[in-house]
Amino acid sequence: MANVVDLRNVDKSYRGAVDTRVLFGINLAFEQGSFNSIVGESGSGKSTLLNIIGTLDRPTSGELWLEGRATSLLNADKMAELRNRSIGFVFQSHYLLPEFSAMDNVLMPQLIGNRRVDHSVRKRAEELFDLMGIARVRNNMANKMSGGQQQRTAIARALMNNPRIFLADEPTGNLDSENTAVIYRIFRDVNRQFGTTFIIVTHDRRIAEQTDRIVEIKDGRIVMDLLR
Amino acid sequence: MLPLRIAVRFLCSNPWQTALITSGMAVAVSIQVFVGLLIGSLQSSLVDSTVRNSPQVTISSGTSVPSIYAWDRIIGIVQRTGLSAAVSPVTAGSAVTIKDEKTYPLILKGVHIAEADRIYRLREAVYAGELYVGSREVLIGRELAAELQSRVGDRLNIILPNGNETIFTIIGLYDLGTAAVNKTWVIANMRTVQQLLGLQGRITSIELSVPDVFAADIVAGDLARELNNSELKIDNWKDQNKELLGALRSQGISSTIIQVVIIFSVIIAISSVLAITVLQKSRQIGILKAMGIKDLSASLIFVLEGLLVGLTGSLLGVGLGLGLLYAFDSFSSGPNGGSTIKISIDYGFIIISWAIAVAASTLAGLIAARRSLKLNPIDVIREG
Repeated sequence: MANVVDLRNVDKSYRGAVDTRVLFGINLAFEQGSFNSIVGESGSGKSTLLNIIGTLDRPTSGELWLEGRATSLLNADKMAELRNRSIGFVFQSHYLLPEFSAMDNVLMPQLIGNRRVDHSVRKRAEELFDLMGIARVRNNMANKMSGGQQQRTAIARALMNNPRIFLADEPTGNLDSENTAVIYRIFRDVNRQFGTTFIIVTHDRRIAEQTDRIVEIKDGRIVMDLLR
Repeated sequence: MLPLRIAVRFLCSNPWQTALITSGMAVAVSIQVFVGLLIGSLQSSLVDSTVRNSPQVTISSGTSVPSIYAWDRIIGIVQRTGLSAAVSPVTAGSAVTIKDEKTYPLILKGVHIAEADRIYRLREAVYAGELYVGSREVLIGRELAAELQSRVGDRLNIILPNGNETIFTIIGLYDLGTAAVNKTWVIANMRTVQQLLGLQGRITSIELSVPDVFAADIVAGDLARELNNSELKIDNWKDQNKELLGALRSQGISSTIIQVVIIFSVIIAISSVLAITVLQKSRQIGILKAMGIKDLSASLIFVLEGLLVGLTGSLLGVGLGLGLLYAFDSFSSGPNGGSTIKISIDYGFIIISWAIAVAASTLAGLIAARRSLKLNPIDVIREG
């Protein structure tokens, strides 16, 4: 399988009163359709790495290649298009837009990409609500749902554009064990069904052990890369 | 259009804040419309009462002989130029009338009623009796009639400077809106006055109204060139009312200053509130950017918020301003019971005020939008 994500000698530093170096010469690639986790202690640099993969942050040096293209050559608008088309994000917080309903939130990536919301798009959104098991709350306002429902809506939104890369940063950090189990089952189903590449950042080793590849980061360096 | 949809949702999600900012806009625009229209109406009323019901250009003798010969030829030339809206020959002289041993100075004004009517709007000014004047009939003004306690049908004894006395019948009473005129002018038949003053076939002045009262000085200059007669003197109201014109100009400037200040305060107030909105919605903007919304579209949300607030607030403001003007017109009354100012609605001014307010509000949105450009999704996500 071809690499859909490829990090080449990526360094990341933050400027401040004292410059802080977070990542050191990261070389890492993920194959299309793989199911991966990045683990590490709090402050190890795993979230920074995920944000760089998601083009939300830029490396201080080194290169990120997505879908065979060097992102350093893309301007802000092209980067936004790439994010909209190819990447789905889920964070520990759901980041739903409280001014919109759950359905509107899920349709948002389509609307941002200037795609028409026709019958087939709406049908796909409804299928995602079914897949997430939250069909009955799809017309609720985003802030009128439980935490688990909000996080599942956020996952449905991340999957709406059928992205090739799905990035999740502690996606079940705020959920109970029952919701956590359901959500990882859904991730696995989507991975198998659509061939979506999953990269999940977690500090929970039990969750990481459910993935096919575990990359461990410590103090900004890869200390383990285990393919199971 | 997604930015519009988001802008509407953002505004609706905080109804009190939106209502407050829209009300602020409405109040500012209402004051702008009210003050602008009121000052405009005041100026128009002042010009109306000073100039519109009187000649704006007067041709008289420029020599020691106070009468004009061959005046019909002069009128012919004036009419051919097409510079005047109405032309009225006048033969006038001073006179007095005495009642209860009190002397009242008068100006006996001989006119052709139909021509004088086009300048003085006598048809509207005559409030009792008739407009037609026969050989021994006169029209007198409201104040003179009150002082003499005269009514239509009463006699009026007019004494000329040469001592000759003539008895006239008061055929009608007029009100030209100026007490000094109403108190002194006695309007009579042209031929009668010519006979009494010994000016057969002659007149003392030619009165003209012009299409644009503010161009009276230009018309006077053009007529002087056309007539090319050094024995004639051509006066215009602008030269005779320099103080009034100065006051009108000052009023206009003060109105403009008020409106500029209002517009600036609108821009500052709305941009401040929208800047706060950018902060309030930074989480949403951040996540929209993470999902791939482009910077321009994200900024457009706040420009559209400014536009929507501007459109709604300014429409409400125009309605409120007109309501204030209507209330002012209803509650303010002059000594005669009528309104002190004749309110005129200048639709052009309203449209311009509305458009400026909308543009100012949109500009305020643009200032807020610039802040949103700087929003980086990673900052929002890092904050959690």
